[in-house]
Amino acid sequence: MRKRQAASATRREIYEAERRRRSLAVAAASTAVVVLALIVLVPLAPGWEKVQKSFFNGAVLAKSFPRLLDAFKVNVMIFAWSAPSIAILGLLIALARGVRAPTLFPLRIFATIYTDVFRGVPVILTVYLIGFGIPGLGLPRPWNSPYIWGSVALVLTYSAYVAEIFRSGIDSVHHSQRSAALSLGLSEGQAMRDVILPQAVRNVVPSQMNMLIALQKDVSLLSFIGPVEIFRQAGVFKSLLANFTPYVGAAIIFLAVTIPATRYADYLMAKQTRERR
Amino acid sequence: MIKRFVFALLSSALVTSVAHAGGHCAAGKTLTDGKLTIATGNPAYYPWVMDDAPESGKGFEAAVAYAMASEMGFPAADVVWVRTSFDEAIQPGAKNFDLNMQQYSITPEREIVVDFSVPYYSAPMAVLVGKGAVDTAPTMADLKGLKWGAVGSTTAVSKLENVVKPESAILLYADNADVNAAISANQIDAALFDLPTALFLSAVMIEGSKVIGQFSADASDNPDQFGMLMEDGNALKDCVNQALTKLAATGRLAAIEAEWLQDTTGVPLIK
Repeated sequence: MRKRQAASATRREIYEAERRRRSLAVAAASTAVVVLALIVLVPLAPGWEKVQKSFFNGAVLAKSFPRLLDAFKVNVMIFAWSAPSIAILGLLIALARGVRAPTLFPLRIFATIYTDVFRGVPVILTVYLIGFGIPGLGLPRPWNSPYIWGSVALVLTYSAYVAEIFRSGIDSVHHSQRSAALSLGLSEGQAMRDVILPQAVRNVVPSQMNMLIALQKDVSLLSFIGPVEIFRQAGVFKSLLANFTPYVGAAIIFLAVTIPATRYADYLMAKQTRERR
Repeated sequence: MIKRFVFALLSSALVTSVAHAGGHCAAGKTLTDGKLTIATGNPAYYPWVMDDAPESGKGFEAAVAYAMASEMGFPAADVVWVRTSFDEAIQPGAKNFDLNMQQYSITPEREIVVDFSVPYYSAPMAVLVGKGAVDTAPTMADLKGLKWGAVGSTTAVSKLENVVKPESAILLYADNADVNAAISANQIDAALFDLPTALFLSAVMIEGSKVIGQFSADASDNPDQFGMLMEDGNALKDCVNQALTKLAATGRLAAIEAEWLQDTTGVPLIK
């Protein structure tokens, strides 16, 4: 790109700068109008006072927030051990789906069925089935813990999605890369490990970030089988206080984590798009 | 069977006479004029409602509902049943019921948001233990050592947190069925329910389980008096309270209790 002195801006550039300023002003004005309308009009609704008391109650929020934060630690804990397991199992399933050797065909069938089943079944059903079903077989404590089997259910479901994303990543690497690697004398395994996977994984990082964000919210589904994480804790407050504000409190805590994560995923995605151009 | 039938005939005859004679304190105050809309749970549990069919009038709450309706001047045919969750009952805005009856414990916090009738039942809380813990003594010291569970939307949670104070973390569930599953899977030793529910679950639902003790119903920290839930400021409240008070005074409420709720005297008090 050629560099140009500010003083010697062309008429075209002056015109474009003017257009930019105008669109910025219009955007600001329309945003202000919408926000103002929300702030002024919503409280005018006849039920607003009641809604405010039930959903945005400062006293209830103050009372419940510390315990919600405490319960959120359970979410973070479950997330922390589930996410790496999901990444590893997902990658293994993706590799299993891609095996070419005829003897390993059963592995390929297994991986296909696995992704079909666990992507098709609602997460909550898997959580119930595995969280209550497997301990019901008669496992001794602590091996029948809902934390363990609930996490297993999450790992099974999410690794199916993650495997599909990895597979699309592997497919996105042009097959000439593999041919080139093989012609250099690398084995199939080496080609996969050293040539294809590094590119494939990089290609799908933004999509996998979305899975992380989704997982972070779905950890709450474990509340159905016992663990008192933030969603259940909010539900307890809701029932005791007959007020929905604790859910809003939980949402605030979730957003405090997911918004930065979403922004980061967007950033990665934009960066990738730029690099590919 | 025949006795039931005669009873039903008698009560329907009673209902029609009351409908004409009774004061119309509910006139114009119900959701639909001339009908009394009562909400119950989905599903509604035994022994509060038998077979999830409140229309039959069988089960403690269903029977109380019909007795109260007739007291208020509504014949059985004018009682309409709807189903709600707990959340629907406390959400702001218009309600789709006049009364909601599903073992709501009356608490001061809830009274801020909704209205309650006078209590129609005082339920002591009881400890239900699974197969592995049936030998636990009904003392506070022994109860603390158990692995506890409860339904997350009930007052059992605060009872556990404030009175029992168990040593390990409490596990909470969405409904009775899930607590059963957790006891059956040996994930928890014990769960806290109101006494009639605990007795039912132990007798019918969970093999090998036992109700080992109850908290005394008049303990000052026991909030478990069941009231009918109404929208905040519902004009019907006085009428409902009159009817319930009359049912209690005439001994009708006690008779319904004796008919539908199991004998609860055999369960030892927790020390």
